[in-house]
Amino acid sequence: MAPPAVALRAITRRFGSRVANRDVTFELERGEIHALVGENGAGKTTLMRVLYGLLQPDSGTIELDGRPVRIPDPAAAMKLGLGMVHQHFLLVDTLTVAENITLGHEPHGPLSGYRRAAAEREVAALAERYHLPVEPGAAVSRLSVGAQQRVEILKALYHGARVLILDEPTAVLTPQEVDDLFDVLKNLREQGVTLVLITHKLAEVKALAHRVTVLRAGEVVGRGAVAELSVERIAELMVGRPIPPLAPRAQREAAVPLLEVHDLEVRDARGLPAVRGVRLDVCAGEIVGIAGVEGNGQHELIECLAGLRPPARGQIRVAGQTVSGRSAREHAAAGLAHIPSDRLRRGLVPEMTLAENLVLGLQHRPELGRGPLLSRRALIERARGLLDEYDVRPPDPMARAAALSGGNQQKLIAARELSRGATVILAAHPTRGVDLGAIAFLHQRLLAARDAGRAILLVSSELSEILALSDRIFVMFDGRFTHETLPSRTDERVLGLYMTGRGAEQGVA
Amino acid sequence: MSAGRARAVRLLLPLGAPLLAVLLALAAGALFILAIGEHPVEIYGLMLSQSLGTGYGLGQTLFKATPLIFTGLAVALGFRCGLFNIGVEGQLYLGGFAAALAGLAMKSAPPLIALPVALAAAALAGGAWGAIPGVLKARFGAHEVINSIMLNFIAMALVSYAGHGLFQHATVRTAEIAPAAALPRLDALAPALRGSPANAALGLAVLVALAVGVLLFRTRLGYELRAVGWNAPAAEYGGVSIGRTQALALALSGAVAGLGGCNFVLGYKHWFELGFSGGVGFLGIAVALLGRNHPIGVIVAALFFGALSYGGLVINQRVPRELVEVLQALVILLAIGSQQVLERVARRMQA
Repeated sequence: MAPPAVALRAITRRFGSRVANRDVTFELERGEIHALVGENGAGKTTLMRVLYGLLQPDSGTIELDGRPVRIPDPAAAMKLGLGMVHQHFLLVDTLTVAENITLGHEPHGPLSGYRRAAAEREVAALAERYHLPVEPGAAVSRLSVGAQQRVEILKALYHGARVLILDEPTAVLTPQEVDDLFDVLKNLREQGVTLVLITHKLAEVKALAHRVTVLRAGEVVGRGAVAELSVERIAELMVGRPIPPLAPRAQREAAVPLLEVHDLEVRDARGLPAVRGVRLDVCAGEIVGIAGVEGNGQHELIECLAGLRPPARGQIRVAGQTVSGRSAREHAAAGLAHIPSDRLRRGLVPEMTLAENLVLGLQHRPELGRGPLLSRRALIERARGLLDEYDVRPPDPMARAAALSGGNQQKLIAARELSRGATVILAAHPTRGVDLGAIAFLHQRLLAARDAGRAILLVSSELSEILALSDRIFVMFDGRFTHETLPSRTDERVLGLYMTGRGAEQGVA
Repeated sequence: MSAGRARAVRLLLPLGAPLLAVLLALAAGALFILAIGEHPVEIYGLMLSQSLGTGYGLGQTLFKATPLIFTGLAVALGFRCGLFNIGVEGQLYLGGFAAALAGLAMKSAPPLIALPVALAAAALAGGAWGAIPGVLKARFGAHEVINSIMLNFIAMALVSYAGHGLFQHATVRTAEIAPAAALPRLDALAPALRGSPANAALGLAVLVALAVGVLLFRTRLGYELRAVGWNAPAAEYGGVSIGRTQALALALSGAVAGLGGCNFVLGYKHWFELGFSGGVGFLGIAVALLGRNHPIGVIVAALFFGALSYGGLVINQRVPRELVEVLQALVILLAIGSQQVLERVARRMQA
């Protein structure tokens, strides 16, 4: 039997006292698609950074085709036929596709400089060979996210990659783009390219990969053929315990609109219309989901509803009280909670303690102090309860928020916003960048809030989240709600079409 | 890493960086002293014994440290709200002038009225001067650094103009204020300080430091102020009016600076004199930096700079007085640098 194309053996890598990879062995057969799964912080990225020469292991060896190798830096990795497509693309916006792909190895004549035509020819041939449609002469800044990703993949192939590492490649894509990417990846495999897919979306593992390696807390906790493992089993391995199914839906009460939005128009930071006439009611005891590709006005809509951005036109009522045009504080006072999409910019003061962050927006509550004074004891006692209830780790009220992982920061914000006694909850990407276990927990919390009679407006780019939680769904495209539906009557594919503005034209109902 | 160790690092880091900066600066200063042929240990020993070892020297150090506590606190208050108040010099200057005007006006008032009125005048004048860049920032987004610097020059010119008719013949100072408005000397309480100009402004400085500490860390307003300073979008999200908070912070900063003018005017000379501030406002930036924008840190840093300043006078005959300025500059540079270095070390320890 041929030796594995890539073998990482007994890799251990520490960061100070934290062990990111402990004794990890990972083997890639030539021509397979291998999924590397695990929660955030499980050590997936560390392992791949070791393979790509971005990190050196403390111990362990790397073999390519049975030969031990040392990979001191990414240049060496490239020479050995390894390529990596990062989650955040490393492209120069102002250059063309061909210029980006050939960057560093540009074809040039003995006297002349860059030979544009030759470069574009080479890129076109490469794109043809791997069935990766790109336009070599187009500026990268004008490309869609999916096309930019194809450029990244081509760049790696241009540099001779035979093993391609993809770090969460679908995180930024629309469902249709995901389908296209899957076709591309299958095609690459047929051409003999070996693929590593770093992900935490198990549906993708099932759809694409032959084998899977599961990491938890830096150690391999499972590996095997995907065909022999159920999604539930892989999830259980990742989290370390069974994931409880979502609670059944409680009986809904008579519809009382708690959030009423009429004819709302909002401008973006450049003064251009971002929300163009939105009408919306969210009733007590329901979750309304807004699906959409990011940048179609969801952000401006939520910021306006939260009082952080003035409406250009229209009216917002929270629990019957007109708040449009008032300050954020008055919005909150009317009974509005807000889990913001950008937790580090909006949701937290990273340098402040957990206890202090848990009262952001509540700093004037009389029970938290006396007169102008804030009581430290009240803050800490409040924090202890909430940190425990929402399982924020470490549960140290005096720790700085900056010291928490992304998932724990998100739980901290959810703890604050879901406990403030609001009747309307705006939840923007409430589980972005959060571990599977924490996602399930946050989902249960949102459903519990709904069952307690809150009105919840959910914005998410995860369609599975929208479909799982919402009672009603709107698709937002180009500043408008272009489609309204029920989760029982739609699926990711249909929503995806409307998200790209194509649904109406193609007559999908 | 254990929570205990994390807490230890959290507490030690703010102490370590300034201490390291001071030690390194003194070491570098020693090289200067060696270079001019003097003995560093002897010079430093002389500075130390003269500025802290004698009652009179201690009094001088306290006197020099007093305005630095005020200006350090003023700068720190701005920093905590994310604002760089470089107008402290002018605010202190105007505060001193206002205190003198009030002191001159209250010839017949009893001390219980005259002194508080003079202090209030200083705080109001400084506060109003600080509020100008604050309001400009809140209303128009005009940068407070530029405006507060410019207002220093305007304050100087304004006082020179207004003082024209007030100054004693052929001098640049006013008449003496009413004795009722004067701050008592400390040697009345502690005879060991006899002869030194240390006065009750020091006690006031400590009280103001306490008040600033309570404001920043124990009040709702202070919470909002720090939130704006660290992450304004998050503060806005938390319902804080950023502009209002910034304007208020600069006004409070100016008021603290204005009170600093009382040390000289109400506590020492009992008159206002052109150019009395002599750069203590700018040195306040260094004090705040070294004191890590914390009231206790500011007091310690002000005492250090006070001792350095008086110690520099003592050794004047053996080494040039520029040595003190070099030391001050080195402390500032190293305070910034050592902070970065130690934070990196701490991160590595925690990682």
